[in-house]
This record gives sequence, structure tokens and C-alpha cells, in this order.
Amino acid sequence: MRFVGRSVTRLEDPPLVAGRGRFAADVSFPQQLHMRVVRSANAHGRIVSVDIAQACALPGVHAVWTAEDVSDTPPIDVRLTRIEGLEPYRQFVLAKDRVRYVGEPVALVFAADQYVAEDAADLVEVQVEELPAVLRAEDQPAEFSTGRSTEPAVVRKGYGDVDSAFASAHAVVELELSIGRHSAVPMETRGAIARYDAARDVLELYGAAKVPHWNRDQIARMLGRPPSSVQLYEGHVGGGFGVRGELYPEDVLVCLSALRFGRPVKWIEDRHEHLIAANHSREQRHHIRAAVDAGGRILAIDDEFFHDQGAYVRTHGATVPDLAASMLPNPYRVPAYRAAGRVRLTNKTPCGTYRAPGRYESTFARERLLDAIAAKAGLDTVEVRRRNFISAREMPYARPLDTLGTPVVLDSGDYAGLLDKALAAIGWDALQATLRERRASGEAVGAGLAVFVEKSGLGPFDGVKVTVDVSGAVEVVTGAASVGQGVETVIAQICADALGVDYRQVRVVHGRTDRIDFGMGAFASRVTVMTGEATRIAATQVRAKAVELAAELLQAPAETLDVVGSEVVRTDVRGGPSIALAELARALGPASPTRGMRAPGLSAEGWFHTDHMNYPYGVHAAVVCVDRETGGVEVERYLVAYDIGKAVNPMLVEGQIAGGVAQGLGGALLEEFVYDQRGEPLAVTFADYLLPTSHEVPEIEAIVCEDAPSPLNPMGLKGAGEGGVNAVGAAIAAAIDDALEMRGAITQLPVTPRRLRALLAQRTERHAEVQASRP
Amino acid sequence: MTDKVDLTLNVNGRDYAIRVEPRRTLADAIRDDCGQTGTHLGCEHGVCGACTVIVDGEPVRSCLMFAVQAVGKPIRTVEGLAAGEELHPLQRAFIEHHGLQCGFCTPGFLMLVIGVLEREPDIGDEDLMDVLASNLCRCTGYQNIVKAVRAYAAETRSC
Repeated sequence: MRFVGRSVTRLEDPPLVAGRGRFAADVSFPQQLHMRVVRSANAHGRIVSVDIAQACALPGVHAVWTAEDVSDTPPIDVRLTRIEGLEPYRQFVLAKDRVRYVGEPVALVFAADQYVAEDAADLVEVQVEELPAVLRAEDQPAEFSTGRSTEPAVVRKGYGDVDSAFASAHAVVELELSIGRHSAVPMETRGAIARYDAARDVLELYGAAKVPHWNRDQIARMLGRPPSSVQLYEGHVGGGFGVRGELYPEDVLVCLSALRFGRPVKWIEDRHEHLIAANHSREQRHHIRAAVDAGGRILAIDDEFFHDQGAYVRTHGATVPDLAASMLPNPYRVPAYRAAGRVRLTNKTPCGTYRAPGRYESTFARERLLDAIAAKAGLDTVEVRRRNFISAREMPYARPLDTLGTPVVLDSGDYAGLLDKALAAIGWDALQATLRERRASGEAVGAGLAVFVEKSGLGPFDGVKVTVDVSGAVEVVTGAASVGQGVETVIAQICADALGVDYRQVRVVHGRTDRIDFGMGAFASRVTVMTGEATRIAATQVRAKAVELAAELLQAPAETLDVVGSEVVRTDVRGGPSIALAELARALGPASPTRGMRAPGLSAEGWFHTDHMNYPYGVHAAVVCVDRETGGVEVERYLVAYDIGKAVNPMLVEGQIAGGVAQGLGGALLEEFVYDQRGEPLAVTFADYLLPTSHEVPEIEAIVCEDAPSPLNPMGLKGAGEGGVNAVGAAIAAAIDDALEMRGAITQLPVTPRRLRALLAQRTERHAEVQASRP
Repeated sequence: MTDKVDLTLNVNGRDYAIRVEPRRTLADAIRDDCGQTGTHLGCEHGVCGACTVIVDGEPVRSCLMFAVQAVGKPIRTVEGLAAGEELHPLQRAFIEHHGLQCGFCTPGFLMLVIGVLEREPDIGDEDLMDVLASNLCRCTGYQNIVKAVRAYAAETRSC
């Protein structure tokens, strides 16, 4: 029986539905101390004093730390997209002399009782001399520190002669577009529990996620320990989406304090902290222009955007603006292109990635631009896209850009073909007629489209070890991580097929630095592609080893043997002799006489290396109904067509799509980190930062396509994690335009009821003016 | 800090004699003092519903209740749903319909739905969907949670 391609149920689920999972807060050790972080209440200012006397005096308090206690700890380094100039903007684990955002860690309280730790934190008095807060990335740069401006870098990408294209263009289309400040906001807040085991001289950190190996190496470096004496353990992870698992100050602080106190230290973030302390993302303002010919074909795109990085440069470096700039032209033929992404520091929570980083933003900018080109050229929104698509015949399509250190080569795809499928599935033409009728009868309903290209399978490597033990159970050890997306199941399916076993016999071990020396973790929709292929390679080798030994033991030619249902069987004789994998594992024991010169154990390592990402692609279509009174937007239909080359588990792919769409709808309609004029965050609870509930998310129609397998790996895999969210902002904006019969009306996300009502009021005013000016 | 009080919580039919401050939330008491960590804390201000448990037959947010308020009332948590290794039909429905990804919100959804369907076995679909909107999930987009709950509700109604 084959498992790849089937919607089998997940291996992860049984403990999770039974309440037997182990999330960060579920980890406790005897004698542990709870750490509570005292955070800045000011957006920007000089620290005058931190008075800890009262806090120290509270019974039950073990210690209170300020920056002086961690003065020799270096700032947290950049993990990805380390471009020149960013270093001086990195964050120290506790603020030294200035605070730069509300929520910045200033002091720490340690107590055996969590409630006491919180009481004592309230008693720490931080005096700050307030400085003016920078809150708009597009304003003139200010001073970050003496001699350093709030613009550490400009990400520049481009090719071709942009200026000539604009000079000779038939028309120029120009837009100002803004994307709001969002974050992933997983349901589990962050958590970190550190324990120093003096008996083994090993420092352990629990609550790891996403990139345990990189974090291990950094913690070791920052604490001056050999990496082999620091181990990270990933338990269950309550949602990742980019934000969780990056190295944050609190991770380093629990390690440092556990070492110093010789006691376990546990830190569990509360939701209020999460909303001001964990990475924010998305906030950009684009000034984008297109030069077009008379037929609405793009001659050049020129985009300058301001990326609001928040108060510090964190582990992602310039990843988000880099991706925004590099991925913006996809999937269209853009003969000349220029992007300048201005990285700007502001006095808000620092930023990192959030699912489809840089693409949710740039897809919004590009697809709004395509809609504007359509309006200018008198084309409908489908036709303008068809005219500009890169065609299937041009694949692979090398665009002279790079991102995340890899050249942008669109590996495979039929963009026009997928658009046709999506239009047919939603019944686009009939839908237009229905919507026209409903609008004629007074409803504000409309439909919108957006097309996008994703990226996945970031290298440079992944390695796994596959072992069959003497009971026949199979273990896959990988340096990848799981953030709740179904990694164990998908990897088990791939291993099962390559080896010849049932996927339920495969245990997938991930996120543990003590089990495998190298690992890249889980981000950039990379795991199914990279770990999946490494698993296939390793499992194929284990199978070959099993067959080779079985051939000897069964006295049969290897080519007549196959592994079926965990047994090596003869394919040429019915009911012939067979030998179980368990038996072969025993026969390969170090002291087994049958082993011969073979390496001990029925196991193999598999490594997969790649210098290229691959590029899944998709279409979003939305139908919305606007309530003109309340400014509310109801999403009536939402369709996603997504080509990922090969779906290992279609049910899980559809789950990824649906979850992504819901997050995208949050960003398009509800979610926004708003600040007041002094830089005080106003969205600090779930009553202010509104996640979509089941009421706001319609039934999502997902079409998973496999028309364009990736030529970059044998199974043709592309990642599925980010296509659901990518184009939601763009599609919803287009649908609202259509509903309001105001082309190009939506230039800012999220489209909140307040903004929508303001837009409608403007239109009514203009309408009144026009009426009044008529004789 | 205030003086601790001795009290007994009955969780899934078992008594736990614990000593806690009067201000200790029921959620913290269930997790840390009774050791039942299947009940999760997602927001601690009563919005997300991850900490939903059934107290005296009613689904409640255990982060908004003090442990002292639950004395003498039977408390049911996710750990009590399965009969040994035999999962509750709603747990099975969540697995079959892929109603969970990270699984953090799942215990809250299970307790919410079971609590409501026990109280109102004949609840209409629209009202049931209204109830579901009281808990948050960030992974699934709710599609498969809705499918799992509808499948289970149909099963219980046909019994």
C-alpha cells in the first residue's frame, strides 16, 4: 500500500485530543524558579534609574536582575539576510541605557511562585526620561543612537532600464499602498524552561521550536559554552507561523539565570506580553509605479517602500523587505524592475516574519497595481493578468534577482492554466452576472481576484537518519522542527513508501539537538521538500541494505526481492520465503555473525542539498458583501487554487490553505497593532487585537493542483504552508472595490469598518458636490 | 501575598486536596496543583476559550474563575473524555476530519462542544455554530472543526 498522495489521519493527533500533549507551559522541574519580565512602559526614553529594593524585599523573591547583571551578554545575532549595517541595531537581552519600545525587557524577577514573581515585578520602579517616539516609517529618518540614523539599510533589487521604460511608456500607473502591522499570534504564547545539569555539565532548554540547532549554537556562543554542552528540546508547539522559535531575549535569559542559580528557570509569556514582545510583522508603505504600453502590458515596475522594522533588528535581519522586493514582480513578465526597500527603525515592537513574509505585502502591492493597470487600459481584471503572465513555455524562468541568498528561478508553472481552473471552479462569468443583478437591486457585493507565486524548499541542506529497530519499528530522526503543521505524518508517509512499511510504524523525532548534529528547522515552507527528500533518500538506502542482506539469507537474487508490509518478499514466487525487517535488524547487530562487513544496524543517513528554492503558485478569488451602514465586510465565498507539484497528504494541504486564508482575512479586515501618539500600543488584548472567529471565516473552497511538479526534487514537491495567506489582502481589496463600484478604492489594509465608512462618506460627499455643481 | 487555604477540587471524578491562595485561578489550580495540563491557557482574559472546562455541567473559562469557586462542584477536563484508551467520539471526529493542527486550542473546543451538547442535545445548527465562534483557533481556519462538530452532533442526535 502506498501512503504518499493519500489523506491519511495524522500521527500527531491522539495525544493532542486526549490532553496528553506537552507544550512549553506543561514542562516543570523540581526546584524551579519562575521568571517574570519587567517591561518598558515607555516607547522611547533614557533609563534614569531602576529601583529594585521593594521587589527584592518581597517574601518569596529569589533575585531581581537589571542590565548590570547581564552586562557581558552580547546582543542577539541576525540569523537570516544579514546585510551590512544592521549589527549596531541588534537587541540586547535587557535594555541598557535606553528603552525603545513599550514592552522592552528592562528587569527580571525570579521567585518560586509565579504569582509572587508577578507581584514583585509590579514593585520594580523604572524611571525613564521620555524622548520623542518615531512612529511612522515613512517620516524623515531620526536618530537611533549617537551618529546612527533610523535607516540602517536600503534593500535594492532590480534589472533592466527602468527610466527609459517610463520615459517611453504609453501610460504610467502610480499607487500609494499600506499594509497594517500584524503578527502571527499563535494560540500558545511563547515559553522557555532552562535547566542546568551539573552532573553532566549540560544546559538544557525546553520550549524550543522552529530552529533549535541555530538557537543552540547562538546560546552556546552568547554564554561561552561549547555547543555540544547545550541541548534544545522541542515539545508540542502551539502554532508557529514564523513568530515562534526565533531566538528572543527571554530564551537567553532563562539559560543564563538557570546556569547562575543552579536551579531550573521557567518563563511563560502571558498574552499581553505576547502582543507587545513577540515579533510583529507586515507593516509597509509602498509607492509603486508601472509603465505600461497601450495594450496594458507592463514595461517596467518601480517600487519604493518603507518597511517598519520596529525598535531593533532581530534574527530575521532584512528578510522581510528582501523577500518583498524580490518576489514582487511574480508571476508577470516585467522587462525592467527597480525596488528600494527602506528599512526603518521605529519605537514599536521589533519585527520578524509572519507566514508568507514579504509576499502578503508585495502581492497586495502588485495585484492592486494590476487592477489599476486594468482600469487605465480599459481591460477587465482577468484579461490584464493573462496579457502579462509568464507562460508555461518560458519555464524555468530565471529572473535576474536573488532572495534569501538564492537566485530567483521560477522552476515550473502554468499561471494562465491555473487561473482558468480557478475561474471555472468559482463560475466567474456567471458570478459576474449574478453580482451585477444584486448590485442593481441595491446590494454592495463584488468579487476580486489575485494571483501569486510562493516560494518553498529553502536549502541549503537537510539530513535525516532512518533506523529500523529490532522490533521492526522505524525511527526517522530529523533536524527539522514541527510547529503543528503535520510534519510527523508527512515525513512518515514518505518514509513508509520508500521503505515498504506502514506509516503508522514510523516515529518521527524532530526538534532535538541531542539526537542529530545538524538541522535547519521549520520555516520558509521547507520541511516537506527538504526533509521529505532527505527522508526518501535515507529510507531508500535502508531498503537497499535490507534487500541486499535478505538476498544473502534467502539465497535469492536481489532483483527478485521487494519490501512489502515490513517484510522482504520474493516477487517472482507466490508464497515464497520472506524475512521481516525486524529480523534483518537483528541480523545486522554489531555482534551478529550474519552482519559480515556491513555497518552495524539497519539504518542509513540521507542528505539532500539544494541551492535553489522552488516556486508554488496560486489564485485567490473572493466574493464579499459590504454593509454600507456599519462598514462591515462579509466574505461570502473564498476560493484558493494552489499548485504545489505533488501533495503528500491532500487533507493536510487543504488544512494549511484554510488556516492561511483565515489568517489572511484577519490581516485584511480585522487585525492591526495600533499605537497612540506617544507610542503606547493600543492592541494589547484579544479584545483589541481581533482574531477571526468561525463567524468571520466562510467555507473555503480549495483546489489543490499537481500540474507543475518541481524539477528540483524527484517527487516534484513544493511547499504548501504559505499559499493560503499570501493573496488574501489583495483579493479582498479587489472584491471590496467591486462591491463599492469604486476601482482602486482600497489602498490600505486592514479594511476596518471605520476606514470603509470614511471611504463611503467621501464618495457621498463627492457625489453631492457633483450634483450641486450641475446647473 | 495572601494566606493560602486548604480546599478540595474534584477533577474527572477524583478528589485533589490542594493548598492555594484564594486568588489562584481555577485554570492554574487544575494545571499546576492537580497536574492536569491538558487544559491550556491562551489569553488569561476569557476571550480565546482554550481553558474551557465543564464545571457543574456548564462549560466555563477556567481562567476567569477562582479555584475556591469550584469547590464542591464536579469539574471535567479533556483528560476525562476518553474511557481508558478508547477515545470519546468527538475526539475521534476531530482526528478523522483533521480538526486540529497544533492542537493547543483543541481541549477547549472539545469541552465547549461536549458541554453544550449535553446541556442542549437538540441545539440547532445555527446556534451550535454561534457557540463555536466563542473559541479561537489560529491554525485550521475552523473549517474542519466545524465538520468534526457537525459530524459528532449528527451522531448524537441520531442516537
